[in-house]
Amino acid sequence: MRRVLVDVAYAVQEWLETFGASQIFLMRILAGCPRALLRPGLIVRQVYASGVLSLAIIGISGLFVGMVLALQGYNSLERFGATESLGVVAALALVRELGPVVTALLFAGRAGTALASEIGLMRATDQLSGMEMMAVDPIKRVVVPRFLGGIISMPLLAAIFSAMGILGAWLVGVVLLGVDEGSFWSSMRDQVDYKDDVLSGVLKSFVFGIAASLLAVFEGYNSIPTAEGVSRATTRTVVLTALSVLILNFMLTAVLIGEV
Amino acid sequence: MRQTRAVEFGTGLFVFMGIVALFFLTTRVTNFDSYEGEKGYTLMARFDNVGSLKERSPVSMSGVTIGRVTSVEFDGSELEAVVHMRINSVYDQIPDDSDASILTQGILGGQYIGLEAGGSPDAFTDNDEIQFTQSALVLEQLISKYLFSKAEDSDEE
Repeated sequence: MRRVLVDVAYAVQEWLETFGASQIFLMRILAGCPRALLRPGLIVRQVYASGVLSLAIIGISGLFVGMVLALQGYNSLERFGATESLGVVAALALVRELGPVVTALLFAGRAGTALASEIGLMRATDQLSGMEMMAVDPIKRVVVPRFLGGIISMPLLAAIFSAMGILGAWLVGVVLLGVDEGSFWSSMRDQVDYKDDVLSGVLKSFVFGIAASLLAVFEGYNSIPTAEGVSRATTRTVVLTALSVLILNFMLTAVLIGEV
Repeated sequence: MRQTRAVEFGTGLFVFMGIVALFFLTTRVTNFDSYEGEKGYTLMARFDNVGSLKERSPVSMSGVTIGRVTSVEFDGSELEAVVHMRINSVYDQIPDDSDASILTQGILGGQYIGLEAGGSPDAFTDNDEIQFTQSALVLEQLISKYLFSKAEDSDEE
């Protein structure tokens, strides 16, 4: 019994240490941000790596999520004879929840792993120490541009996901299932609010962008410099990002809706 | 050099697409263009019961939306609900004895304010109060009224 308690206390302590270290790491990144903005070329390259190269997976996933949302929504709404509301259902679900959350999860899988393993390999092959030797701060040169690239990419990717999803819902709902096109768009425009729905979705994806990018660069930067360590860092990135995005999503939604 | 340009082109295209998507979401999907800011005038009305009327509920006349509710408050001294609404300034010929009632869209729909034209030669101006109002119908009250009248009928028999 005592053993178990000690183990639990140790695990909690270790978790808090890692959490604190990540926050200190975030402070160091933020301190390096103004300098990094003077070299936009580095950031552009990272926006390309984490944003542009994720476009295909985000766009196609968005399209199919929207299409399946329309199928499911039509099926349930038909029971109430309310298929005209299909546009509202699809748009609200996409803009408020699915867009930011699914994009963050896909981003963790597509870009977060790439970031973590890239920085981890730099650590394992002593490139980061090499930079330090040359008096180049690896945080400013390597970590900050990747972090900023992720933050810039995420809201844009989420917006593209939602837009593609609504397009997919339109494709299935209006073109395939024959929901009236006029009521599809007009009921959507009546019910979806610019501030409450679209802006809160963008805010969410921005927060997820910070969480996903921070976890990826933190895990990569602090990975154990072996082949196994890099692979473990990559795995931890995906697991921790998925968990923290889903938990953050609940907290943000509760605050934004304000009904809990 | 060539590769750098490809990267820059791709990034530019990506950011552009992201902004287009945001633009699409705000203009095509939301009621962004009917947002405040445009010219209009404010009317006020007092109701005994507003039901589930909310901010941004539509105000309509003959079924056409002519404005939106801007606030729903409770007046503690008069013990009534006070509703402010903003009417599009295009509709400035509404007689000032028109009456406002709270109606329901469809069976499950939200509630809105319906204006019924009166016969006065003068039109509403900014900050006028609508004198004639009709409260929302509350289902429970309707049912209890019906039940009481039924009970009275059976007593008489």
